Amino acid sequence: MEGFSQAFQTSLGLILAGDPYLVGIVALSLKISLAALAISALIGVPLGALLAMHRFWGRQIIVIATNALMGLPPVVVGLVVYLALSRSGPLGVLDLLYTPAAMILAQALLITPILVALTRQTLEPINDEYADLLRSFAVAGMRRVWVLIWDGRFGLLTALLAGFGRATAEVGAVIIVGGNINHVTRVMTTTIALETSRGNLSLAMALGVILLIIALAVNAVLSMVSQATRRGYA
Amino acid sequence: MLEDTAPILKARGLRYEVPDALLLSVPDLQIGAAGTTVILGPNGAGKSVLLRLLHGLVAPSSGICDWAKGVGPEAQAMVFQKPVLLRRSVAANIHFALARRGLDRAQRSELAAQHLSEAGLGARARQPARTLSGGQQQRLALARALARAPKVLLLDEPTASLDPGSTMEIEKMLVRAKAQGTKIIMVTHDIGQARRMADDVVFLFQGVLSCHQHAPAFFDAPATKAARAFLSGEIYQSEGLGA
Repeated sequence: MEGFSQAFQTSLGLILAGDPYLVGIVALSLKISLAALAISALIGVPLGALLAMHRFWGRQIIVIATNALMGLPPVVVGLVVYLALSRSGPLGVLDLLYTPAAMILAQALLITPILVALTRQTLEPINDEYADLLRSFAVAGMRRVWVLIWDGRFGLLTALLAGFGRATAEVGAVIIVGGNINHVTRVMTTTIALETSRGNLSLAMALGVILLIIALAVNAVLSMVSQATRRGYA
Repeated sequence: MLEDTAPILKARGLRYEVPDALLLSVPDLQIGAAGTTVILGPNGAGKSVLLRLLHGLVAPSSGICDWAKGVGPEAQAMVFQKPVLLRRSVAANIHFALARRGLDRAQRSELAAQHLSEAGLGARARQPARTLSGGQQQRLALARALARAPKVLLLDEPTASLDPGSTMEIEKMLVRAKAQGTKIIMVTHDIGQARRMADDVVFLFQGVLSCHQHAPAFFDAPATKAARAFLSGEIYQSEGLGA
């Protein structure tokens, strides 16, 4: 275990010194995952709200599908995006394979079902409870969507954090479509995979610690949100 | 039925059906522009259904519900039996109603403070609305309805789950609203409340409009056997709808 403790010490040193290589990888990871989260939120939240508000033919099929897609294996998403973006694929002309954009696309695909499903779960009970009130107040259309989103804000924040957590922790999809190219598409998880196999444990461990800190921070915010909820806003 | 004031509402042939059941049948009902109309009847008489039809929350299976000009559902507010409060602060619930009237922020703040103090909630403006007690929640729901400045205020058993003190506070607010010229249409199964509040009584029994009388006449000499039985506290059994 000597190798372990030594590697751990070196990794802490890397973090505390703000090693530029390490910082670059962390920054790229956060940029990609935040971009994926933004795209997913723009698609997933309105779609989830639509499912929560309206009963239409095929709705149940979409609900079941999004619930099932929440457990989508990342490597499968990676494979699908790879096939779509490869030279002979339908999006091949965009020339996005092995770029951060491809990784954003893969992560967005992965977490959109989560956002759709959690948004629906959050907003459906609020919509049911408010239905008569909002009709009485003649609140309809986009205004109504906004009321639901605002009053479901804590639940939706939880959904966004869950999506962000999944995006940052994911490795299978981004390694396939990003290619783990140094300084271009190398993110925390892919670096950990690479450096571990290379035996460079200190860098892998430093990134592991940072990932853990991110997960802890996400969970800390989650628990603050649930406390706000318990104080009476949900 | 009651001809002394110009009707604000004329309903004709109003029926509400669900598969295998007729929940409400009101062949003819006219409600006057002034005072408090109480819709009275035992549980399951169709009172809430009638109120929801009047407010346009549900569409009738057949028949028409004709409001006078300027007092239709868009000029009305409704208070529900179980208060539905937004997941916001007490003040924000009032602001929601004021914003629907197109008032700007300064006007809203001034009016909100006024409405809250009239509801006895002035000190609780910043508290999350859903942490209020049951009586306070219903007062806030009523204050929010009044903040819409409605021409007609509809209430569905607003005090059914409240204690006598909270009930009294709600009734005081209603008396004040009536004095300011708001038409009140209120559902209740509480005979005492009907006596305190009603100017006229619409009595429903087993989904059918049984009678509609001025309050003193109704309590002295109810026009139908069902109403007499209800007022005397007897359980009145009939052959069901249309019997």
